[in-house]
Amino acid sequence: MHLRDSESDAQFRSEVREWLCGAVTSIAEPPATEDWPGRRSFDAHWQGLLFEAGYAGINWPSEHGGRGATPTEHLIFLEESAAAKAPDVGIGFVGQMHAGPTIIAEGTEAQKSHHLRGILTGNHAWCQGFSEPGSGSDLASLRTRAFRDGDDYIISGQKIWTSHAMAADYCEMLVRTDPNELKHKGISWLIMPMNLPGIDVRPLVTVHGSTEFAELFLDEVRVPVANLVGEENDGWRVANVTLSFERGTGFVGELLDTTGVFRDLIALARSTKRNGATVWDDDGIRHEFGILGADLDALWAFTKRNVSQGARGGMVMGSGSGFKVAFATTQHRLGDLAIRVLDRASLSLDDVDGKPTGELVHSKLHAFAISLGGGTTQIQQNIIAERVLGLPRER
Amino acid sequence: MDLQPTDDQLALIEMVTGFASDRFPIDVVRSFGEPNGFDRYRWTELAALGTFGLALSEGEGGVGLDFIDVVLVHEALGSALVPGPLLAATLSAGLVDGVLDGSVLPAIVDIPHDGPIIVEHFRSSDVLLMVDDAGVRVAPSAHAVGIDIVHPTDPTSPVSILGSVPAGELIGGPELAVAWRQRGSLLASAQLSGNSTGSTNLAVAYAKEREQFGRPIGSFQGLKHLLADSWIRTEIARSSVWAAGVMIDEPDVGSVDRAVSGARLTAARAATENAKTCVQVHGGMGFTWEVDAHLFLKRAWVLETVFGSVDEAAEIVARLYAAD
Repeated sequence: MHLRDSESDAQFRSEVREWLCGAVTSIAEPPATEDWPGRRSFDAHWQGLLFEAGYAGINWPSEHGGRGATPTEHLIFLEESAAAKAPDVGIGFVGQMHAGPTIIAEGTEAQKSHHLRGILTGNHAWCQGFSEPGSGSDLASLRTRAFRDGDDYIISGQKIWTSHAMAADYCEMLVRTDPNELKHKGISWLIMPMNLPGIDVRPLVTVHGSTEFAELFLDEVRVPVANLVGEENDGWRVANVTLSFERGTGFVGELLDTTGVFRDLIALARSTKRNGATVWDDDGIRHEFGILGADLDALWAFTKRNVSQGARGGMVMGSGSGFKVAFATTQHRLGDLAIRVLDRASLSLDDVDGKPTGELVHSKLHAFAISLGGGTTQIQQNIIAERVLGLPRER
Repeated sequence: MDLQPTDDQLALIEMVTGFASDRFPIDVVRSFGEPNGFDRYRWTELAALGTFGLALSEGEGGVGLDFIDVVLVHEALGSALVPGPLLAATLSAGLVDGVLDGSVLPAIVDIPHDGPIIVEHFRSSDVLLMVDDAGVRVAPSAHAVGIDIVHPTDPTSPVSILGSVPAGELIGGPELAVAWRQRGSLLASAQLSGNSTGSTNLAVAYAKEREQFGRPIGSFQGLKHLLADSWIRTEIARSSVWAAGVMIDEPDVGSVDRAVSGARLTAARAATENAKTCVQVHGGMGFTWEVDAHLFLKRAWVLETVFGSVDEAAEIVARLYAAD
């Protein structure tokens, strides 16, 4: 076992570092959070730079325009990007992480040639239409209907938690094509262009007060049958093929952000005066920092184990679920500590006294995105109990 | 970077795990706690496996492996609750005659600034190893006056209270004391990590077999979530223990002290919480002497005090992060 970079990884790290150093200085300041057109063009511009430099689709196979990098190189790229304060994947998330890999695995030649390059260059942005108001943890109960009408499907229903829908060109949709089949059977995976008539996008305001999510109201939207990815009624399997792409890097971006917040919070505690000393001088506060520091280091080590396993061609059962639950717990605990450090400055989301109160309160609320999004903590616990520990199903 | 065990390391873990289940089944572990229960023959079998000289060079009579391999072995030993002065023997093999082959039994104490001097396995030991800031000393155990405690908290970790420590012979200066404290702390954490696996396996097996309300209790979500959390705590602990072990071999990749202290925090939490869950899952039977659940919990309570407490560890991690 090793933690040192191999010779080729060290070489890759220094190339990436050098390129990032130049590229980051060439770009403009990021736009405001709610400026969707601005964010779309900012993220597309950065993605275009990555594409020209050969870093787009870093973990995609090279025959589909990706770099075909190893999981370890992917981790190095993300580490160096964070260190250089480079933009993250942003609006490109669904396309690069989910829709693109799904089309690579299951799409027709026409779908591949039409969509993959646009995702890699940043010209096409995607959103995800999976969850529904009545189908959260029980996603397979989804009811948005697609009726076959000649060469089209006619789609009616409602989707929720559609991230970046305001800025997206395409939506990866799960729809029910066979209402007589229960649950996982009878679902299909469709590419839905977002400019079609009958699509109503309404922003969903989160506890942050931000609008990265939306609800989609679909009223007889006509999507060509040619946009079906995989076989009709086989969409549940298609939606899960991306699991086999997972190589342990899925949460690296979030973990880098959290580590940054943790370090900022230490600096804030050391510079904030309270009762004649600093917040850092409080033994109870420092103890909590110690535990969180140990947890973050452990999460990094866990990530490196998963990436190492990914490099051998697969993930250990339950490792993704286990990481997510532990990470959510740490995020919530870090958020609680942030509020203790801020004390009454946390009552204001506008920065007080030069302290980044808004950012810290935001990160406290963001912990829920980890413990709820992509399968709640409780669903992950069920997965571990049944699939790793072999405990019997409840029903 | 590669933080998963190699095939050789998996084979090493499997060998030690197999040896422990064959030669140290739980009734043998329990018998080590009886008066005069220390089975020296089994201890020499453990030594003959190469356990204490894993990281010593072949010229020194060892196996010539890395420190991370020692960590993996202690994790496997901790999982089976293998008793005896495992840390003392691993640290002193090659430095104190007879420890490597198991013929000399060491006990070890990091001499406290205040309070009683409590030593595990002193009553069976031949030599006493004493660690303080000035270095490491060794003396025949007969030179120390110890009172054996009749009721040790962990029945399989007999302890004695020393009235005073003998002067002994210096076998290493401050650098050796630093190295032993660091390595001893990590090996205790490795045993804690293994302990957390052992108690989880015991609890999961019971949850599959025990029926109430006409179904296995492991089918209830209330228990599933408890046990899933145990599994997660183990994976977190094992991650930091492994990373710290590799960093002892590759000290240029980061702060070894921070990694070792972090490993203590995550491993002590995994061992104590998972053992508590194990007792809870066993219901009323978990509160009995007969069921093994309490042995995991009590061993965890011993190990989490060895070469540093969790509170000291938290302070070290916080200070090293702030200095970074």
